[in-house]
Amino acid sequence: MKITLKVWRQKDKNSKGAFKTYPIDDVSQDMSFLEMIDVLNESLVKKGEEPIAFDHDCREGICGMCSLYINGRPHGPLQTTTCQLHMRSFKDGETITVEPWRAKPFPIVKDLVVDRSSFDRIQQAGGYVSVNTGGVPDANEIPIPKRIADEAFDSATCIGCGACVAACKNASAMLFVSAKVSQFAMLPQGQVERKTRVEKMVAQMDEEGFGACTNTKACEAECPKEIKITNIARMNREYFAAMMSSTNV
Amino acid sequence: MKWLTNLFTSTLGRKLLMALTGLFLITFLAVHLAGNLQLLKDDGGKSFNIYAEFMSTNALIQTVSKVNFALILIHVIWAILLSRKNRAARGSSYAVNNKSSHWTSRNMGILGTIVLVFITIHLKDFWAQMHYGSVPTVNYDGTEVRDLASIVAIWFDKAWYVALYVFCMFAIAFHLWHGFSSAFQTLGLNHVKYNPVINFVGRAFAIIVPALFALIPIMMFLN
Repeated sequence: MKITLKVWRQKDKNSKGAFKTYPIDDVSQDMSFLEMIDVLNESLVKKGEEPIAFDHDCREGICGMCSLYINGRPHGPLQTTTCQLHMRSFKDGETITVEPWRAKPFPIVKDLVVDRSSFDRIQQAGGYVSVNTGGVPDANEIPIPKRIADEAFDSATCIGCGACVAACKNASAMLFVSAKVSQFAMLPQGQVERKTRVEKMVAQMDEEGFGACTNTKACEAECPKEIKITNIARMNREYFAAMMSSTNV
Repeated sequence: MKWLTNLFTSTLGRKLLMALTGLFLITFLAVHLAGNLQLLKDDGGKSFNIYAEFMSTNALIQTVSKVNFALILIHVIWAILLSRKNRAARGSSYAVNNKSSHWTSRNMGILGTIVLVFITIHLKDFWAQMHYGSVPTVNYDGTEVRDLASIVAIWFDKAWYVALYVFCMFAIAFHLWHGFSSAFQTLGLNHVKYNPVINFVGRAFAIIVPALFALIPIMMFLN
């Protein structure tokens, strides 16, 4: 199949970027989107041009490194990660526009690569649990209802790719932060830092400059891991309760 | 006390204020509608005038009215603060953007601005007239009462004013369509049992209340 790729090219953080168009003639429908860019990059290198910089790592949909805003949607037309998107999802002769995530807290490093370390700093602010020392506890010593375990697991499947921020009109990180808050708040291991965690993570989220949630649900519609906005409601509850009752004055 | 300022300057705290003030204003709308519907009674405006006189002279109502004004101001100011922060967070815009969300949820600011302009016109024409302007009086069984119904009738006799009123009711309807259920989500009330109830009541409220508000000028214009 033939496609035309309209890609955002930006030399570095401080340069002004612009779209550049690349016609590609021999695209296989079985290629993943990233493989298609690999092929294009090989041809660019052969021609002595600078290849397109883009983030990727596991290429099996679990690491959260790939990003790309494809034809106006994070990770493209399917609700999956870009590495799991294949060229059969596009029409022959189609013009595909590829942009980086656009958010102030995700500054563009080069071309399609953005710096998502703001997510790391939010995690570092409170997204962890205390570890017990001493003997290994018996398995199933603390009974956890299956429903709670499943819900916590669903929240924990967030891979921190940032599609929620990219899709949100306010570049809000609330789906990400709420998933991270939820996975600990629902389980016994997370109780020690429960109040401090949500206070610190929300404070760091604000510090990084992410927007507020307007409940448009665009994040939920685009999240490749199908994280639900019930997490955001839970984070709101956790935050208001923590602010009213914690001893952090 | 730092925690208190932290709470209300955080994005979540600001949203909390939006939700709480919004829900108060929703109850205000219901009460306001109950009063206005008396204009549809075929009694020459008597019921409405007695109601208006009570509302503008009762001390408790007047206190609630001041609170209501304050909450409208908070709702507006915090909306501006949040919108500025949100716009700054986006930075540059996308060249292609297929928005996967409902139109009303993305345009609460525009809808809210229309509602604010409407409230300003509305207050000038009726509330300010009642409190600071000159309103003819009418005598009901020996009690002198201001005839606000006659002022309303003058305005609702103008087709452009009725059209503007109805247009603004559409803006309120769309604002409520998203705002009602959104307020509960912000408060953290998202539950499989109650979500359908909140959504149903919210959507019914968003249609019925503005429709009844709009019905009054239309009926008065046609009569």
